[in-house]
Amino acid sequence: MSLTDTGASVQAADNPPPGPGRARRGLTERLLAVRELSLLIALAALILVTTLRNDRFLSGQSIKDLLLGCAILVILAVGQTLVIVTRNVDLSVGSILGLVAFATGELFLAAPGTPWPLALLLGVALGAVCGVVNGGLIAVAKVPALVITLGTLYAFRGVDYYWAAGRQINAADMPRSFLRLGNQTVLGVPVLFLVALIVVAAVGFYLRSYRSGRELYAIGSEPAAARLSGIPVGRRVFAVFVANGALAGLAGVLYAARFGTLDAAAGTGLELQVVAAAVVGGVAIFGGSGSAYGAALGAVLLTTIGSSLAVLRIDPFWQQAVVGALILAAIGLDRLLALRMAARLRGRSAHGA
Amino acid sequence: MSPGAPGAESAPLLELDGVTKSFGAVAALRGVHLALHPGEAHALVGENGAGKSTLVKTLAGAHAPDSGRMTLDGRPLQLRGPADARAAGIAVIYQEPTLFPDLTVAENIFMGRQPLRGLRRIDTRAMNRDAERLFERLGVRIDPARPARGLSIADQQLVEIAKALSFDARVLIMDEPTAALSGVEVERLFAVARSLCERGAAVLFISHRFDEVFDLCQRITVLRDGAWVSSDRTADLTVDEVVRRMVGREVSSLYPKQDAPLRDTLLEVRGLSRAGVFSDVSFSVRGGEIVALAGLVGAGRSEVARAVFGVDRYDTGEVRVAGRVLPPGNPGKAIAAGMALVPEDRRQQGLVMELSVERNATLARRRALSRLGLLLGGAERAEARRWTRRLQVKTARLAAPVATLSGGNQQKVVLAKWLATEPRILIIDEPTRGIDVGTKAEVHRLLSELAGEGLAILMISSELPEVLGMADRVLVMHEGRVVRELPRGEADETSVMYAATGQGATA
Ligand SMILES: Nc1ncnc2c1ncn2[C@@H]1O[C@H](COP(=O)(O)OP(=O)(O)OP(=O)(O)O)[C@@H](O)[C@H]1O
Ligand SMILES: [Mg+2]
Repeated sequence: MSLTDTGASVQAADNPPPGPGRARRGLTERLLAVRELSLLIALAALILVTTLRNDRFLSGQSIKDLLLGCAILVILAVGQTLVIVTRNVDLSVGSILGLVAFATGELFLAAPGTPWPLALLLGVALGAVCGVVNGGLIAVAKVPALVITLGTLYAFRGVDYYWAAGRQINAADMPRSFLRLGNQTVLGVPVLFLVALIVVAAVGFYLRSYRSGRELYAIGSEPAAARLSGIPVGRRVFAVFVANGALAGLAGVLYAARFGTLDAAAGTGLELQVVAAAVVGGVAIFGGSGSAYGAALGAVLLTTIGSSLAVLRIDPFWQQAVVGALILAAIGLDRLLALRMAARLRGRSAHGA
Repeated sequence: MSPGAPGAESAPLLELDGVTKSFGAVAALRGVHLALHPGEAHALVGENGAGKSTLVKTLAGAHAPDSGRMTLDGRPLQLRGPADARAAGIAVIYQEPTLFPDLTVAENIFMGRQPLRGLRRIDTRAMNRDAERLFERLGVRIDPARPARGLSIADQQLVEIAKALSFDARVLIMDEPTAALSGVEVERLFAVARSLCERGAAVLFISHRFDEVFDLCQRITVLRDGAWVSSDRTADLTVDEVVRRMVGREVSSLYPKQDAPLRDTLLEVRGLSRAGVFSDVSFSVRGGEIVALAGLVGAGRSEVARAVFGVDRYDTGEVRVAGRVLPPGNPGKAIAAGMALVPEDRRQQGLVMELSVERNATLARRRALSRLGLLLGGAERAEARRWTRRLQVKTARLAAPVATLSGGNQQKVVLAKWLATEPRILIIDEPTRGIDVGTKAEVHRLLSELAGEGLAILMISSELPEVLGMADRVLVMHEGRVVRELPRGEADETSVMYAATGQGATA
């Protein structure tokens, strides 16, 4: 027999359910908005301070450079978000980007007449193949993605070096139409950045509004429960690595178009920046939360810090330190928000904790 | 007695025959028969580790049986995974919570089946509305748009129930769904289960509380050590008979506390308050005494316990151990002062799932010792072994990870872990939740013995017989306040319930 009777109803009377309208927007969603807002504020403050010191920072050319500069990182960070949300990580993206960029150059060397959309498609496909390798190994080996992708980071780069054999591909080897893709603007906005925006919007929308997108969060939030709920965990994780590979492939093609000069070292070390961007953007490294929008903002913030420090003529050494501090600040902020949320929720529980 | 079908009438909806399942050397199921009839609630009972949850997971498609046959509507049923079971109309409430803490309550309920609008997008509004409707059916209020993180265990259980109901399943399987629920909520759950039965669904119900089993179910199947013992109509059985079949011997289900000489006051709590949670809580516990904190779920009992131990903060008041003030918010100091807290939510707060039984059992002890710079010696290990044996923890090896233990046995490991620290003050939250009849009496005997050795014990329990049988004094809490203090002689069902529901409150 339970010593419990009218508990629920008595308590419930003290805690009227949240009213319609404002409170209906879930607490989680509002906190996510807070998270993204804080990034925007940091970004605005950074731009303001830099502009006060050097007004050319807000000139048209400088903004264009900034947008160009962050486009590739944004695409990679958004792809990485897909992976991290499922409590995995993909460290091989820098190598995939390098491999695809070089392959794109080789393609134009071998078949100069290739139309750029075809090159783009082939690059995305090659990236996806790399993703299949990652996803397949993870599914078969049942070893954490961190270890597998650390391996493929070196493996893909190795293939790249072997293929390049010390050669360099120059802008002169690539068709003008393709290179224009890397620098052209529409109404002052670089095409590259528009592509990145489309990727952000598509992935963000998918993660928020589609069943399989929500399942990715479920997998990262509690993998065992996801399995018991009948979510095809293995298949989803595999798909996520393929998608991330494809996005890294896209980034690789855009990299080739933007820089023109390619060797086997392109994109070396980029993976850490990508993960940093996602974490700064509020994507929890243990999975289950974060958004593509946040990760994209994180990437923009990191890129802006880089160029504003350059404008302010601050030693590059400090750039590393600032990025480090930013990551710690972001983690601190996430922790703070989590605590506040916990406190808020404790107040609302209908039964006490 | 023919297996599975005592007095055949309607054809079974779901039938299991000769199902076996082993985990390495452990035979969790050995040729189990079970027949669930449409329109009936069927109870599955057995000791901790008897194989009930393994059977549930087999029916849910989470475990593939080693051998045996399953049929649904007379047709063979092959389950390759939980998704198959869902598609076949089998909904399951697992013993351990399977919620996604980062997602909202509504998403948790409808994961993979969210209502859609144009472009196959999730219709969040409709989803929240549907979740609210389910909660209405259960008669509870939980905000569907809040994240599942931080839900109390009772609320987690309610969300699980709402999820299972949302399937409109033909077979509803519930593995100890009531362990964390209060009386009203259990009543509502049963009402809903009965209405499902009326519509021709079959229900499988698992519980260690026999009053619930006899209240809800028309048939009872008993498992012992993974083997099928019997399936009978409830009307043909008595509690004693069921217990005898489960345990294989006679047990008394209650063991009253023995009188022990009262010693000095060991724990003293004065004017403890925390805004919005509890206020002005004062009491003391002497060595040799068991004091019970009674009250409804949500009255703030666990919160007081956590604050006393230092896991949570408090705004004002003080806690003294043997006359010395204990610094607030510091569990390490509390342990060093000889206090132990066996928490309510054992799975999340008490165990490291990946570690072995042995390591978990000595975990708290280790920490206390490492503070003195000592290493874990063989003596402590032997002690952990002693406690796990005393509590009849059923495990193949002490080196097995805790995650492979049955739910009830995990609870026992948490108990062992804290008892092994040889505390002077033991705070124990729901000491026998999820623990089978045989061990229940053993836990009570143990508590009584510990009190006899001079321990001060503060016990929180929602089971009235346990409170009345074990406590020297009963403190009744209502909405965050201690409203009544009853000595053993005055505490009975009426006086405790009366105070707990806030009627005639006199402090
Ligand atoms: N994944 C696993 N690996 C190894 N052994 C397991 C596993 N799951 C269960 N077991 C073992 O199978 C036996 C049956 O466990 P089960 O969880 O089915 O018991 P139960 O009847 O549900 O008990 P309780 O009442 O405590 O919940 C136990 O001995 C347990 O240790
Ligand atoms: Mg069980």
